[in-house]
Amino acid sequence: MAEKVAFELVSPERLLISEAVDMVVVPGTEGHFGVLPGHAPFTSTVRPGVIEIYNGGEVTGRLFVAGGFAEVTPERCTVLAEEAMAPGEIDRGQVESQIRDLGEDMRGAQTDTERRAVQARLLVAEAKLAALEETSGR
Amino acid sequence: MPSLKDLRNRISSVKSTQKITSAMKMVAAAKLRRAQEQAEAGRPYADRMERMLGSLTASLEGREDAPRLLAGTGRDNVHLIIVATSDRGLCGAFNSSIVRDARRLMKDLRGDGKTIKIFCIGRKGQEQLKREFGSHIVDTVDEVGKPRLHFGDASGIAERVHALFEAGEFDVCTIVYNHFRSAMTQLVTRQQLIPWPLSEAAEEVAEGPRAVYEYEPSEEEILAELMPLNLAVQIYRALLENAASEQGARMTAMDSATRNAGDMIDKLTLYYNRTRQAYITNELIEIISGAEAL
Repeated sequence: MAEKVAFELVSPERLLISEAVDMVVVPGTEGHFGVLPGHAPFTSTVRPGVIEIYNGGEVTGRLFVAGGFAEVTPERCTVLAEEAMAPGEIDRGQVESQIRDLGEDMRGAQTDTERRAVQARLLVAEAKLAALEETSGR
Repeated sequence: MPSLKDLRNRISSVKSTQKITSAMKMVAAAKLRRAQEQAEAGRPYADRMERMLGSLTASLEGREDAPRLLAGTGRDNVHLIIVATSDRGLCGAFNSSIVRDARRLMKDLRGDGKTIKIFCIGRKGQEQLKREFGSHIVDTVDEVGKPRLHFGDASGIAERVHALFEAGEFDVCTIVYNHFRSAMTQLVTRQQLIPWPLSEAAEEVAEGPRAVYEYEPSEEEILAELMPLNLAVQIYRALLENAASEQGARMTAMDSATRNAGDMIDKLTLYYNRTRQAYITNELIEIISGAEAL
């Protein structure tokens, strides 16, 4: 396949990746979607999960994102992530203790808004853990 | 006339001040480089965000159900002004120029019969505004981003601003900060955050021929998530610019202070030497005239 997608992953703090790839799979809010060259213009929200980069039929890179937005045009795919990191950078112990803390916060939460905020952070932490298990299992 | 001892003390105290200012200059230069790199690194995100907002808002233009962060409340009676300053002094006119501009803005708004509210970021701005506008300050944050500014710091502030907005505390929000142009020049900038004005670049994108986007979930939902995030990104950008400007201003201020101290040492040393010679001459004259009298 000669054509490539210009994939960009940016977080507020830095530009993480900017390269031409064969395909990327992004965890959209309404399901994962793969982006190949010539994809229809498309904008979606992204839920916490792992972005997979494919080159030559194989996964060549994985990145964890904690939610954000994806913009797709026929030539490029831009993901704006609120937080992004390689799964290897995730500290297992830290995430586990975070989940425990958030669980306590959840029980202590008084209002619906508080509960929702905690819930959102819990989802991110759980997705981190899942990403970790997925990659270490291989 | 000061005695020789006084002059010696004076010279040594100016020398130690010079050492401090030149060390501060060096530190500021190192921090400036880091702050500049960080500001540079944050730019791609803000650019992409603007592009995405441009295409989204274009398709929502003129619709009644646009999010309030974009469309505003339809009034402009109450203005919230975010004054972003630093926590530390000794950085030239950095803080006072921001405060001066904020003050001018508030006077203008007041003249138009608007109500003003102030959100202070940084201790210095708060100190300077407390006397005149103390009753208008609704919230303050300081020690932001120590030792390093993270996006989380900015989104925390954005959440507070957003909560105030949702509670109907204000209609229009403007942030005043220093835009970093170079280490020598910083421009005081006012940026309106709520309602969000579309920049010209975004309008161009919107007007040009463009593909019809599909949205997942709906445009409204995406926009509803994007707008608060945009608020955080804009605040983050302003804080980064501010951090770089602060270090730049401090570097320049400390550079001129070091040079001033150098000039002062030269002058004092010259004066010291002259006085010393005058003493010696005096003593000699006394001895000689004493010998002659014999």
